Amino acid sequence: MKYVSRHAASAVALGSILTVFASRPAAAAGEQVVIGSLDDLSGVYADAGGQGDIEAANMAIADFGGTVLGKKIVLLSADHQNKPDIGASKFREWVDQNGLNMLLGGSNTGVSIAMAKVAAAKKVPFIAIGAGGASLTGADCTAYSVHYAYDTTALANGTASVIVKGGGKNWYFITADYAFGTQLQDAATRVVTANGGKVLGAVRAPLGTTDYSSFLLQAQGSGAQVLGLANAGTDFSNSLKAAAEFGITKSMKPAALLAFISDIHSLTLETAQGLYLTTAWYWDLNAETREFGKRFLAKMKKEPTMDHAAYYSATMQYLKAVQAVGSTDADKVMAELKQTKINDMFTKNGYIRADGLMVHDMYVMQVKTPAESKYPWDYYKVIKVMSGEEADGPQPDPACPLVKR
Amino acid sequence: MLGIPLPVILGQLTLGLVNGSFYALLSLGLAVIFGLLGIVNFAHGAFYMLGAFAAYIALQAFGVNYWFALILAPCAVGLLGVLIERLLLRRLYSQDPLYGLLLTFGVALIAEGFMRDRFGSSGKSYPVPEQLHGVFHLGFMVLPIYRAWVVLASLSVCGVTWFLIERTRLGATLRAATENARLVQAFGINVPLMVTLTYGAGVALAALAGVLAAPVVQVSPLMGSSLVIVVFAVVVIGGMGSIGGAILSGVGLGLIEGLTKVIYPEASNIVVFVIMALVLIWRPAGLFGRE
Repeated sequence: MKYVSRHAASAVALGSILTVFASRPAAAAGEQVVIGSLDDLSGVYADAGGQGDIEAANMAIADFGGTVLGKKIVLLSADHQNKPDIGASKFREWVDQNGLNMLLGGSNTGVSIAMAKVAAAKKVPFIAIGAGGASLTGADCTAYSVHYAYDTTALANGTASVIVKGGGKNWYFITADYAFGTQLQDAATRVVTANGGKVLGAVRAPLGTTDYSSFLLQAQGSGAQVLGLANAGTDFSNSLKAAAEFGITKSMKPAALLAFISDIHSLTLETAQGLYLTTAWYWDLNAETREFGKRFLAKMKKEPTMDHAAYYSATMQYLKAVQAVGSTDADKVMAELKQTKINDMFTKNGYIRADGLMVHDMYVMQVKTPAESKYPWDYYKVIKVMSGEEADGPQPDPACPLVKR
Repeated sequence: MLGIPLPVILGQLTLGLVNGSFYALLSLGLAVIFGLLGIVNFAHGAFYMLGAFAAYIALQAFGVNYWFALILAPCAVGLLGVLIERLLLRRLYSQDPLYGLLLTFGVALIAEGFMRDRFGSSGKSYPVPEQLHGVFHLGFMVLPIYRAWVVLASLSVCGVTWFLIERTRLGATLRAATENARLVQAFGINVPLMVTLTYGAGVALAALAGVLAAPVVQVSPLMGSSLVIVVFAVVVIGGMGSIGGAILSGVGLGLIEGLTKVIYPEASNIVVFVIMALVLIWRPAGLFGRE
């Protein structure tokens, strides 16, 4: 029944979105370069991406000069509400009616998989950013999709391997019961067992569970040393919060398999301190990242997440590719994207391999204690820098049909 | 039992009691509003969320501590309920109840959207009050003192509300006014005012539940929307409008949900609805409802 009401809610919300976008003049193809962004603007993942993503893309467009090949760059955006059907149909509509040249995808693996299928059918480049599922460049890969910021494989290779090697051998997972959670748990399980650890148990909690105490009690009863949280957003916050309340964080070491700085900010350091997590980007890494953070902070009143930084970087990278090939032709642009090294504030020497995965450094972080944090948003210390190959494996995913050819 | 060790069962039953008393408090307000006014208050989850945010804002902006927030937040949100009843809901009493449902649903969407714009979707943290830090060691589990307090507070408020409505003269007048408003008005009682205050009180109960929940869950704009449907199911199972039924089924379903989380966790968010379907087949008026 929860879903019934969600559907009713989305019907209402969809109505309002349609009216907003109906008033937008359809761009005549050729006069403009049209970039679209489909993202969760209103749901549980809206803080990690959402309006901040749109702002980051706009910053990139402004920095690029607002035009490319003498044409005005236009950004369209809409809320996919974490629903694959809405994401796919909006994408199709923009291609057919607005002359869309490239799509940026915000959070949600399920929605991104549906949008990748549209990208393949319509031959329009699609850059997935906020979604985690590694299958986007595996079984679900297409010639027109790029997976830019991070994936479940990299997250597991970061957090899980650091903890197992540090002695946390016995794991218990609390997993979000859908594609993303199970892919994350599977990836982490492989890392744990490969490093001589053991998974003592796992519980699949329905998405949107508010009370995690029963699951935590089961985790504690298992006698495991590590509490693996294979979930995200409010699910992650609520499970960690309850773990702290029941004193479980004292007997078990919590491991966040996906946490954004926005989650840590809302949990506060008091609750999140000591937590290990893996991220593609952190605002306080170097002068360039701090510079971007400062500009973003001035507009959005918060430091950017890795998604926000990736949105900026991907938009910029696409525009540079269009400039370089002198056309928005999808095949030419994709070829250019795949042969160009990515060097900007998001990453150094990143590259897009055959299956569409952007391979780049990942960082294993530990959340600081309140005493260690010296200034606002001073939340992480770097535990380990992983090369892209270490994070995602040296070879493209053989499950991707593009790789076999 | 089912191969699950006894301490685990005891632990889960304890947690079930905690959640159950919480469901009871939330469904209480809903049952009061439906039972006495006939309004299907879909904004109940939003008022619960606003209660939690009111406590958070009071603490951050004015340094109001938890104990004062426990009184002030329900008053503030209740007042908002009074305004909504006076300005909007009142116009719909002559219409089909469906209109009230749509209106309150709209109010909920507006409230959630506004708070999301202001505070973001990942929400805020509210600290556990100092006096209630720590845990009880029960032998089979540790129970945070705060959770024990939630049980105590919820069940006391439920008891008092039940007593007020079912056993006092005020409650009798209220119930009479719902049966026959014109007759009660003829005795010189201001029925419209009573209706407004009852709605306000129901809303205040939701906000109180929000304050009680704030230290335990992330205070987020969407915290109510996931809960309100479960609470509706609780009220339907208990019998629409039955105050005692809402309280008993709230506690009972919390316990059943707790056991489901051990036996088959994947089903923990639908078990309540399965029970609702079964109850509706056998007793369409709910367990304690009167046909």
